[in-house]
Amino acid sequence: MITLFETRPVFDAVLPLLVLASSLIPALVIFFLPEERVRTRTLLNLGGAFIKLALVAGMLWGVSQGQRYEARLPLVDDLDLVLRVGALSLLFLFLSAGLWLVTTVYAVGYLEQSPNRSRFFGFFSLCVTATVGVAMSGNLLTFLLFFEMLTLTTYPLVVHRGTEAARRAGGVYLAHTVLAGTLLLAGTAWLYSLTGTLAFAPRGFVADVADTHRWALTAIFALLIAGVGVKAALVPLHSWLPRAMVAPAPVSALLHAVAVVKAGAFGIVLIVYDVFGIEQAAALGVTGPLAVVAAVTILYGSLRALFQDDLKRRLAFSTVSQVSYIVLGVAIAGPLASVGGIVHLVHQGLMKITLFFGAGNLAETLGIHKVSEMNGVGRRMPWTLGAFTIAALGMIGLPPIAGFISKWYLGLGALEAGVHWPLYVLTASSLMNAAYFLPILHRAWLREPAVPWAEPAAGAQPHIPARGASTWWRRPETGWLLLLPPLVTAALSLLIGLFASLPFSPLEWSLLISEREFRYP
Amino acid sequence: MRLALGGLDWTLAVVFVPLGGALLCFLLPRRTAVLGLITAWLTAMATLGLTLDVLAKGAQRTALGGWEAPLGILWLADGLSVSLMAMTASVGVAVSVYAAAYFRDEHTERAFFWPLWLLLWTALNALFLSADLFNLYVTLELLGFAAASLTALSGSTAALAGAIRYLMVSVLGSLSYLLGVALIYHACGTVDIALVAACIGDAPRPAVQAAVGAMVAGLLLKTALFPFHFWLPPAHASAPAPVSAVLSALVVKASFYLLLRLWFDVLGGGGRGLAELLGALGAAAVIWGSVLAWRQEHLKQLIAYSTVAQVGYFFMAFPLSMAGHAGAWSGALYLALAHGLAKAAMFMSAGNLMRFGRQDRIAELDRVAYRLPLTLAAFTLAGVSIMGLPPSGGFIGKWLMLQAAFQQGRVDLAAVMLFGGVLAAAYVFKVVGSAFTPGEHEHRGLAVPAAMEWSALLLAGAAILLGLTLPLLWPLLHVGTAPAAALPLATAPGVTS
Amino acid sequence: MQALFWALVGMALVVIGLYALIVHRHLLRKVLALNIMSSGVFLVFIGLARRPAQDGAALAPDPVPQAMVLTGIVVAVAATGLALALIVRLRSESGRSTLDDPADD
Repeated sequence: MITLFETRPVFDAVLPLLVLASSLIPALVIFFLPEERVRTRTLLNLGGAFIKLALVAGMLWGVSQGQRYEARLPLVDDLDLVLRVGALSLLFLFLSAGLWLVTTVYAVGYLEQSPNRSRFFGFFSLCVTATVGVAMSGNLLTFLLFFEMLTLTTYPLVVHRGTEAARRAGGVYLAHTVLAGTLLLAGTAWLYSLTGTLAFAPRGFVADVADTHRWALTAIFALLIAGVGVKAALVPLHSWLPRAMVAPAPVSALLHAVAVVKAGAFGIVLIVYDVFGIEQAAALGVTGPLAVVAAVTILYGSLRALFQDDLKRRLAFSTVSQVSYIVLGVAIAGPLASVGGIVHLVHQGLMKITLFFGAGNLAETLGIHKVSEMNGVGRRMPWTLGAFTIAALGMIGLPPIAGFISKWYLGLGALEAGVHWPLYVLTASSLMNAAYFLPILHRAWLREPAVPWAEPAAGAQPHIPARGASTWWRRPETGWLLLLPPLVTAALSLLIGLFASLPFSPLEWSLLISEREFRYP
Repeated sequence: MRLALGGLDWTLAVVFVPLGGALLCFLLPRRTAVLGLITAWLTAMATLGLTLDVLAKGAQRTALGGWEAPLGILWLADGLSVSLMAMTASVGVAVSVYAAAYFRDEHTERAFFWPLWLLLWTALNALFLSADLFNLYVTLELLGFAAASLTALSGSTAALAGAIRYLMVSVLGSLSYLLGVALIYHACGTVDIALVAACIGDAPRPAVQAAVGAMVAGLLLKTALFPFHFWLPPAHASAPAPVSAVLSALVVKASFYLLLRLWFDVLGGGGRGLAELLGALGAAAVIWGSVLAWRQEHLKQLIAYSTVAQVGYFFMAFPLSMAGHAGAWSGALYLALAHGLAKAAMFMSAGNLMRFGRQDRIAELDRVAYRLPLTLAAFTLAGVSIMGLPPSGGFIGKWLMLQAAFQQGRVDLAAVMLFGGVLAAAYVFKVVGSAFTPGEHEHRGLAVPAAMEWSALLLAGAAILLGLTLPLLWPLLHVGTAPAAALPLATAPGVTS
Repeated sequence: MQALFWALVGMALVVIGLYALIVHRHLLRKVLALNIMSSGVFLVFIGLARRPAQDGAALAPDPVPQAMVLTGIVVAVAATGLALALIVRLRSESGRSTLDDPADD
C-alpha cells in the first residue's frame, strides 16, 4: 500500500518508516522483557536512539541535496496517512531524536533500581515514536493520529510512580488532553468537509474557501489552536503541566523539552503556516488574538514561576511561559519573528532539558526538591550547577547562549512587523526570568548550606558514588549517567549560540524555513 | 439465481455447518469443546469462502429448496450481510477459543454452552442471509431463544432473572415485528423483500405506516435503543464473559442490521420524521449510556452501558442518510463492525480480570489489573476503538459520520458524536487508570489461561487494524448497492475535482 | 368487512396482552400475556389475508399466511416452554415469582 514514485529509489518511502520503526520495534520488544534484563533493555534503547539519530542525519543530508521523502497509506475517503520530511519536520525531528538519546541515557541512570522499568521504557519509546510521527506528518489527519497517540503513550509515564498524587495528576492530564483531542478532531473534520483536502501545503490550503466561509474558518482556527494549545500549555489550558511534575525527572524532561509541549507548539506552527498560510491567517484576523494569548501566557507563566518554591514547578511555569515565545513568533506574522519562534523550538528544548536534568540530579542525589533547600549546592555539585547556570542564563537571554538569539530575532521581528508591544512583553518576561532564576543561582553559589541535605547512605544508591575519594574524576558528584546529559545539552546551548551562523545551525535552518514560507512563489 | 447443487455452496454451508455442529455437540457432551472449536473454525472458513465469492462475483442469491419467490424463501448474500457475517466469524472464532479455556473446568456449563452458542451462530448467519420477511422473524426468534438460554447459563438468580427479562423482551419485539409483517403481507401480498420493495410505493399509506411503525418499534426494543434499553445491562452483565461478549458484540447487531435492511431495501429511505426521531433517540442514548457507564461500580455493568451508548451512534446515521449520502450509513456500518470486535475484546478482558480477582468492582481493580498487562492492553486497545481515537475502526466510522454531519450542516449530531467520545474516554480510563497503581495487598488469584488473554488481545488488535484497512473493505461493504449510493467526493465551491 | 372485524379483534387482543404484560408482576401472568398477544397477532395476520380468487370474482382466503401462522404458533409454544422452564428454575433457586423491578433509567 506504499506508493513508490517510479523515478525515485525505494529509500524515499522507506526512510520515514524506518525512523518510526527505530523506536517502535524496541518499544514492543521491551514490553516483554523481564525486569532483570537491564543490559538488553539498555542496548535496545540506546541502539534505537542512535539508529534514529543516524537516519535523521541521513535525511538531513538528503533534503539538503533536494531529495524528497514520503510514505503514504490510504486511510479513508481520499485521505492518506502521509509521512513526509521537509525543512520544518527535520528541525523537529533532529531535536526529538537528539534529545531522546540524551534523555534515554539520563533515564537509564535515574531509574536504576526502580520498579517497572520495562513498562517505563516501553512507553518511553512509544512516546518518541509518536513524536517523530508528529514531526513527519504530511497532512492534518496524520498529525491528529500521532498527536492522539502521544496522549495515550504519555499517560502511563505521568502515572508511572503509581501514587495517589500521580494518579490524580494523570486524571487532570487526561481530561485536558482528551478534550483537546476532541476539539482538534472537530476542527479537522469540519475543515475537511469544507476544503476536501488536509494536505499541508507551503501557503496553506484554505485559500479557495476563504472568501465564502470566513466565519467557519475563524471558528475552525479557534478549534484547532485550542486543540493543540492544551499540549502547548497556552493559558488558560495549561494547568495540567505543573501538576504533571509528580512524574520522574526524565519524564518531565521529555515532556517539557521534547515531546508533548513541543508537539503542541509544533502543531501551532503547522496550523498557521501549512494549514492556513500566513497570509490567510492574517487576512482572517486570527493572528492578533493568537499573539495576545501568547503574550498573556508569557507573562502569566513568568509571574507564577516567581512564587514557586518547588523547583520543578518553577521550571514548569517557566516552560509555560517560554513555549509561548514560539507562538508569539508565529503570531506576529513576519519573517524575522517566525525565525525567532521556530529557532526557539530548538533552543528552549536544549536549555529546558538541561534545567530539568539538573533538578533531577539534585532530587536524586541530595533529596532537594525546593529552591529554599538549594543553599550552597554549587560547591557540592559544581558540574550540575554549572550546566544549570548556563541554561538559566540562556533562558534569561544572556548572550552568547542560544536563548539570546531567539529573543533577538523575536524583537527584530516585532520591529519589522511594525508592532511595539511584543518588545515590552519580551522585556518584562526577561526581567521576570531573571527574577526567578538569579536567586536560585545566588543561593547555589554564594550561600552557605543551611540544613544538611538528605544524602542517601553509602551503598543505598549504587549509581551515585559515595563521598570519600579525593580527585573529582574518581568521585563524580553524582552518577556519570546523570551527569553527562546535562553537560552535553548545556554545552550545546552555548555552542549553538556561539556558532549560530554556521550552515547547519538551528538558526540557519530556521532562516531557511522562514524564507520558504514567506517568499515561496 | 443459483440453486443448491453439487460443489461447495458457501451460502448453505455458512448456516448448516454450525447447525450440524450444534447438534453434534448436544449429542456428544464429552467432546463438546473439541467439536465446538472445529465447527467454529469450519464456519469461519465457510464465511471466508462466501466473502471471497461475493467479492468476486457480486451478490449471491439462493432459493431454498429451489422454490422461487413469492412462495419460496430467498437468501441473499450482499456486501452488508457478508461484512457482518465476517465480523461474526472473527468474533466467533475468538470467543470459541476463549470459551474453551473459560469453561474448561465447568462441565455442566460447557455441555450446554457449545450447542447453544453454535445455534446462536446459525441463527445469526441465517438472519444475515435472509431476504424474506417471515424467515427473518423465525431467525430473530431463534436468535432470541439461544441468547436468553445462554444468559441463564450460570444458573444464578441474577442470571435467571436477566434471562427471563431478556426472553420476554425478545418475544415482545418479535411479535411487534410480526405484526408489521402481517400488515405488509396484507398490503403487498408477499413477504419477499425484493417484491415488497417493488410494490410498497403503491400500497395504501395507513397500512404501510402502521407496519413500519410496528416493525421499527419491535426492532428498536431488540436493539436496546434508548429508552428501550432497560433490559440490556442486567442481561449482559450477569452472563458469563464469553456470553456477554457474544450478546453485546453480535446479537444487538442483528436487529440493527434488520433495521438497515428494511430502511434501505424495503422502504427505500423512510420518512424524514422517523429518521429524525431515530437520530434524536440515538443522541440521547449516547449521552445517557455514557454517563451511566461512567457511574457504574461494576466492570461488566460499565461495559454493558457502553454498548447502550454505542448503539446510539448507529442510529444517528438515519437522519444523515436522507440526502442519499452513502457516507453516513457506511460509517455506521463500520462503527458496528469495529464495535463488535472491540466490545467482545472488552468483555473477554473483563472475564480475565474477574477470573483473576474473583470480583469485578472497579474500585478494587488495581490489585488485579496491575498483574495482567496483556489483558489491560487488550482492554485499552478496545477502548481506543470505542473512544474513536485514531487509528482504529471506531475512528474511521466516526470520521465518516462526522463528514456526513458537517456536509449536511448537522452540527448538533456532530457535537453529540464528539462529546460521546469524551465521555467514552472517561469511563475507559476509569478502568485503565487503575492498572498503574498497585493495590495494598499482594493478590493471589486464579491463573488466567494464555488462550483467554491472547484471544482478547488479538480481537482488540483486529479492531485497531480495522482502522487501517477501509480502502480494502470498502468494495466489500458496497457490493450490491446501487451505484448512485457511492460516496460523493467532498465538494467545495471553486474546487475543480 | 369481515377481514377488518378479525383484524380489530386481533389488535384488541394485542393491546390487552401488552397491558397485562406491563402491569402484572407475576411472571406466569406475563407469559400468559405474551401468549394472548401472539394470538392477537396471528389473528390479525390471518384475518387480513385475502387474495383474488382464480375466477376473479370475490376474495378468497389466502392459505399462505395460515402456513406462516402455523410456524408462528410453534415458535410461540417453544418460547412459552423456555420461559416456563426458566421461571420454574428461578422459583426453585430463589423462591421468587417476579422479577426485580428493572432500574428505571
